[in-house]
Amino acid sequence: MGYKILQKRVLGPGSKMMVIEAPYVARAAKPGQFIILRVHEKGERIPLTIANADKKNGTVTIIFQEVGKTTIHLGLLEPGDELRDFVGPLGKPTEIKNFGTVAALGGGFGTAVLYPLIKGLKAKGNYVITIIGFRTKDLIFLTDELSAVSDEVHITTDDGSYGMKGFVTHALQKLLDEGRKIDHVFAVGPVPMMKATANLTLKYNIPTTVSLNPIMVDGTGMCGACRVEVGGETKFACVDGPEFDAHKVNFDLLSKRLRMYVKQEKVSLENFKAQLEKAKEAV
Amino acid sequence: MPRKIIYERTPMAKLDPKERVKTFDEVALGYTEEEALKEAERCLLCKRPPCVAGCPVHIDIPGFIALIQQRKFVEASEHIKKFNPLPAVCGRVCPQEDQCESKCILGKKGEPVAIGRLERFVADYERAQGEMRLPEIKPPSGFKVAVIGSGPAGLVAASELAKMGHKVTVFEALHEPGGVLMYGIPQFRLPKEIVLHEVEYIKRLGVELVTNFVVGKTMTIDELMQEEGFDAVFIGTGAGLPVWLGLPGENLLGVYSANEFLTRINLMRAYKFPEYDTPVFVGERVGVIGAGNVAMDAARSALRAGAKEVYILYRRTKEYSPARIEELENAIEEGVIFKELVSPVAFYGDENGWIKEVELVRNRLGEPDQSGRRRPVKIPGSEFRMPIDMIVNAIGQRPNPIIAQTTPGLEINPRHGTVKANMKTFATSKPGVFAGGDVVTGAATVILAAGAGTDAAKYIDYYLKNKDKPGIWDELYHME
Ligand SMILES: Cc1cc2nc3c(=O)[nH]c(=O)nc-3n(C[C@H](O)[C@H](O)[C@H](O)COP(=O)(O)OP(=O)(O)OC[C@H]3O[C@@H](n4cnc5c(N)ncnc54)[C@H](O)[C@@H]3O)c2cc1C
Ligand SMILES: Cc1cc2nc3c(=O)[nH]c(=O)nc-3n(C[C@H](O)[C@H](O)[C@H](O)COP(=O)(O)OP(=O)(O)OC[C@H]3O[C@@H](n4cnc5c(N)ncnc54)[C@H](O)[C@@H]3O)c2cc1C
Ligand code: SF4
Ligand code: SF4
Ligand code: FES
Repeated sequence: MGYKILQKRVLGPGSKMMVIEAPYVARAAKPGQFIILRVHEKGERIPLTIANADKKNGTVTIIFQEVGKTTIHLGLLEPGDELRDFVGPLGKPTEIKNFGTVAALGGGFGTAVLYPLIKGLKAKGNYVITIIGFRTKDLIFLTDELSAVSDEVHITTDDGSYGMKGFVTHALQKLLDEGRKIDHVFAVGPVPMMKATANLTLKYNIPTTVSLNPIMVDGTGMCGACRVEVGGETKFACVDGPEFDAHKVNFDLLSKRLRMYVKQEKVSLENFKAQLEKAKEAV
Repeated sequence: MPRKIIYERTPMAKLDPKERVKTFDEVALGYTEEEALKEAERCLLCKRPPCVAGCPVHIDIPGFIALIQQRKFVEASEHIKKFNPLPAVCGRVCPQEDQCESKCILGKKGEPVAIGRLERFVADYERAQGEMRLPEIKPPSGFKVAVIGSGPAGLVAASELAKMGHKVTVFEALHEPGGVLMYGIPQFRLPKEIVLHEVEYIKRLGVELVTNFVVGKTMTIDELMQEEGFDAVFIGTGAGLPVWLGLPGENLLGVYSANEFLTRINLMRAYKFPEYDTPVFVGERVGVIGAGNVAMDAARSALRAGAKEVYILYRRTKEYSPARIEELENAIEEGVIFKELVSPVAFYGDENGWIKEVELVRNRLGEPDQSGRRRPVKIPGSEFRMPIDMIVNAIGQRPNPIIAQTTPGLEINPRHGTVKANMKTFATSKPGVFAGGDVVTGAATVILAAGAGTDAAKYIDYYLKNKDKPGIWDELYHME
């Protein structure tokens, strides 16, 4: 049984959105949860956040950044193609309640997966300030979608080519400097960005939730690949998370563990690119 | 004329240790027809066979061996299947030396009949015949049963229920069915083709197999029963949650749970990387903590995947190892080094977070514990460090809590996280829900799980036919 790709949209260079036919997952999905997919028979299992779930049509939207073999391969597929495996929803849903004013920070793929979170926060009556960061202007995506569900959207670029120059934490700092009262912060994205956010909000004593992205295999608590340290305790991000109290997370360990297979990942990617070249030549 | 007793068993060919550590090919090659006949001839076909009592599912051992003597190999295999639907698997992985063979009368003076090897032979013979012969399937009963998990317990329960005419759906969390047979036990001990053959068999019986479906996440048991119309549920989710020691440095890079290491290698075929996408890291000096079957599998897999030196770090001595003797011997033959009477204390890493050293403490053997094995007692001040660049933690497994957390009314043993079930009927505290295999017993054996599947199917059938009888669930849950 395959899982059909129904739609595909290029959001920006190296970032894509796909709508997948997966009725069981769609039916049970809640904000904050993720799926694990395999592109093909010999493929790796990779986790991706559920960016949207349409229960009626039985579809799940994923948004991904092409960073290595599997995500690049996924990006090459087209509507009508099928994914080999697609399982979920995994992980605990976000605890969404009325916090008051919430700042939701997204960087990299995190930007994309803010969508269901913000929608949920809004539905509970929060005032939502969305802060998203990109390297440069050309990489900006999804701002319209996010604006539609946020009360405010702030955009930063590393090079200042659009919005505020700097990182999402700079934008948050500015709001705090202006004396804005923020009751809760969510941060999703690369580890350094989440770590910087945690350091900042700790100073202001703002409760902060991060969504961790360690390497996973099964996603059901069976292997322990996804071990993270939270408050000095070992947790399995796939079943105890992926969301945790930012002020208790050992981000340094997470960064290190994410580098466990860098050598092999490079081999895999180069191998794949060589295969693609060969296929091109054959045509 | 009384038969001459032959005290030595017919040897079985094995790949040469030097050769086999280079591949994941099956180590034990099985009997040829002649060898099987020769070994079968040794059996005395006892009138009151003690071996049968040693088999957890009471296979009619002289019965099937008599058929081998008459060269009726397929019939022999079919005869075994009346008791154990997975002979090709059990013939390979059963701890025969502690079970059937430990009771064989010939073992008193010589070597017991190689029951496991004969079981394997006839099952392989039958499979090689090509056409799969299907048993009689009763007319549709109209009942729907959900089986959760596709390990031996689930596979067997599903096939038995299908034969009884029930509509069975198996839900499996992973992308491939088979449970531990697929993700845990390596190819060199149990070729995956055999597991897939069993899966094909249940499909032919009309069982629907749904992979990528995590019960408790994708759908709960209550939803399966109330919304999807399943009349009964069998939980066969195994004991897949790794136990950790909680030592400093346990999250360093290069420290694996046996589950992760074996899953990468077996289920994800990481030993064929980069043909397969999933990577695995294999150190040069590998330490495996524990000395059971799981530890042996991890150690031998590490050797095959390129490790230079592999150590079993065990807190007792070799003779207390819970692993099958055959596999322990195989491991040592292949070069696995057994370090006895040591327990890990801490792991130390480098600046990038990779494991570099393990600190161990020496033990001596103290008084026997409940299991009768002498307890390891730490010797104060005997700590020492050993350079190591990979650790596999193989100290044990518990049931995964996802089902327990999402199934109201299902009672769990708080100490081990196992599901409480009646050991005869496999009924749980929740009406309509049965459970068997490792999820009930804690990590055990394939044959016990398969046996639980067979027996549970009988009581599930009984329940379905008497569903409306008042007090039926109390009867099943409390049956003596
Ligand atoms: C709960 C969770 C949700 C995620 N959601 C998204 C999302 O919505 N969109 C998105 O673009 N990315 C998401 N990620 C990250 C995504 O899983 C990785 O980018 C992807 O696995 C990379 O695979 P690759 O083969 O393309 O790259 P690789 O070359 O294999 O790896 C690139 C880097 O990705 C990380 N990685 C590798 N394998 C895995 C793995 N099996 N699991 C997790 N990380 C891995 C490593 O840090 C690695 O260095 C999520 C991760 C987690 C844990
Ligand atoms: C490495 C290793 C070596 C072993 N060697 C031997 C040996 O030599 N001899 C021997 O007799 N025994 C051996 N065993 C033990 C034996 O494999 C187990 O006792 C047996 O497999 C238990 O069967 P089971 O059906 O209860 O569970 P499992 O085989 O564990 O199968 C359970 C299945 O349920 C699935 N599952 C779990 N949760 C869910 C959920 N929520 N929804 C859907 N599916 C779910 C799992 O993915 C899995 O596929 C070994 C075990 C291991 C790990
Ligand atoms: S199933 Fe196992 S214990 Fe029973 S006869 Fe076969 S090998 Fe022996
Ligand atoms: S006890 Fe030994 S000799 Fe007797 S029937 Fe069993 S296997 Fe044959
Ligand atoms: S991914 Fe295997 S336990 Fe979390």
